[in-house]
Amino acid sequence: MTQLLDSFIRGWRETVKTFKLLSRNKMGMFGFLMTVTIVFLAVFGPMIWPPEPSANVQDINAGISEKHWLGADFSGQDNLRKVINGGKDMVTVAFLTGLLATLFGVVIGSFSAFAGGSVDSVLMELVNIWLTIPKLPLLIVLATVIKLGDPVTFSLLMAFLDWPSLSRQVRSQVLSLKKRDFIEAATMLDLGTRNIIFDELLPNMMSFVVISMIGTMTFAIYQQVSLVFLGIVPYSGSNWGVMITAAMNRGVLYNPQAMWSILAPMGAIVLFQLALVSFARSLDEVFNPRLRTTV
Amino acid sequence: MAVTSQTQPQTFSLPALVERVTSNYLLRRLVKALFTIWVVTTITFFVIRAMPGNAIDIMIQDLTLAGVSPDDARNQAAALMNINLNEPAYMQYLDYLGNIARGDFGNSYKSRGLKVADIIAQILPWTVFSVGLSLMITFTLGILLGAIMAYMHDTWIDHLLSNVAATLDAVSPALIGLLAILFFGVLWKIVPIPEMRGAMSPGIQPEFSLEFFADIFNHVKVLLLVYVLSSIGSWMLLMKSSTISTLGEDYVTVARARGLSDVRILTAYVGRNATLPLFTRLAIVIGLTMGGSVLLETLFTYRGIGYQLARAISERDYPIMQGIIIVITAAVVFANLIADLLYGWLDPRIRIQGGGN
Repeated sequence: MTQLLDSFIRGWRETVKTFKLLSRNKMGMFGFLMTVTIVFLAVFGPMIWPPEPSANVQDINAGISEKHWLGADFSGQDNLRKVINGGKDMVTVAFLTGLLATLFGVVIGSFSAFAGGSVDSVLMELVNIWLTIPKLPLLIVLATVIKLGDPVTFSLLMAFLDWPSLSRQVRSQVLSLKKRDFIEAATMLDLGTRNIIFDELLPNMMSFVVISMIGTMTFAIYQQVSLVFLGIVPYSGSNWGVMITAAMNRGVLYNPQAMWSILAPMGAIVLFQLALVSFARSLDEVFNPRLRTTV
Repeated sequence: MAVTSQTQPQTFSLPALVERVTSNYLLRRLVKALFTIWVVTTITFFVIRAMPGNAIDIMIQDLTLAGVSPDDARNQAAALMNINLNEPAYMQYLDYLGNIARGDFGNSYKSRGLKVADIIAQILPWTVFSVGLSLMITFTLGILLGAIMAYMHDTWIDHLLSNVAATLDAVSPALIGLLAILFFGVLWKIVPIPEMRGAMSPGIQPEFSLEFFADIFNHVKVLLLVYVLSSIGSWMLLMKSSTISTLGEDYVTVARARGLSDVRILTAYVGRNATLPLFTRLAIVIGLTMGGSVLLETLFTYRGIGYQLARAISERDYPIMQGIIIVITAAVVFANLIADLLYGWLDPRIRIQGGGN
């Protein structure tokens, strides 16, 4: 337990260092602040601006005004307020999927690297096969049979499909780290495998793991939007995907006047994805100084 | 030659067979491809047949609710899925594998009397055509732009293209599709989106004529644009970093020192070596694009395999769903096989060492 705590403290110190570097990178700072803002609004926003209880007939498909910053939808409800209230599902599922897929990926990848030999080659061959399988159609079919009522089941299913690419990267990362001097020194001092993993390997892989996790999160958002879009996960209430689908079913696509009720949730998703990706990209630059000078 | 065959007599024992398969690049890839398809067919079998709340149970339930007697419902569902429900599970599984190997996917649940295989055969060419064309365009264009970005490194062109690529890479294909409809179709009114439904106009006959090709291109152009926009970003960024690292290689410096022309260095030294790492990514992109077709074809009502899958899902037509999943997987796996072989041909090191990773 103390070991784990220690490893976390080391990780935290690394994080603080990272932020000092990150604050010099404009895109990265934008991505980070945007992600934090969106998550904050999605979680705490509904407490300040709860959903409107009823329709407002006089405001149907209203454009942008002081009253409705992002217009109003087909029932006259404020788009901005709906966007704020619709973020929670998306953000939760994205984070959970990222977390779970990263967990699977790190455990299986480092196990494979440490086991080596035939275990390693069989596992990696399986991972390669899993990577070739088109995920979205498979997810769609699985989702029609498995009831995806709550975010946890949904995230578990997506994480189950998304871990392989991460595990392959973790494996090669561990293999290359294993050859570094400080790990070899630790091995020679016989510090124990657990010690080496938590004290030496994990803190050094933190950056890389976080970047991959963000990648998985953007992919999870994409998959989630797709499933809602196809009408497979009928989430109760409103989330961004449901807002887009509802707007489309109301023929908004062919009614320029109501444009904002589809642009608002789309904007939210695009902004979230962009924020995550620019954050991850700048983290990459911070952690790989070679990229900073060459790319 | 004769000497080798004398010293190594041909025996057909199992270890020898395994040895021959693993030492032959082409055979190894082929076995892997078949194994991948088998994995997906097995998962599909479990979803359709063995899992709690599986497709056959749902179908039986639906039919019973529609007024069919329970026994009849059971027989109907079994007949549609080409499965004998009275057999033990492993026999059902073997039958199922046998049927699929023969290309028999059962009958459609909603469009009665139509064979799933026939439905798929009718629509598959359109998806292969649109996805294949978009992949070729994206790959070529992405490599060109990526190389330009690398050569123009740190100029405004590079910064502009890099940001555009990163943005396109981040945004989901479905959203790019929606934006295309919103802007091209509704706001700017450049393209009549509703007239573009289907893979070709009614009344046009598939034939080898200019009119036919113009018509199918007219129907596919916006879809193609969306495919290209949604996947070109990652190609550009990858090619850029790959080209930059190739430009730093010693052999490029040596080639420059030898006074070779820039064009020769670009085509024979940099271009060829910089594209190599991109082939490994082709595998993932083919799968993603095929998956994305489910959304984009639905959005543009382009009657391909993705559109059909989305429709089968909303109608809960399980036989069609099962067939399409297997066919999509097979298509992706074989596209990968071709990419792999191409890679092996471009980079002989892969064939000899045998490691794809």
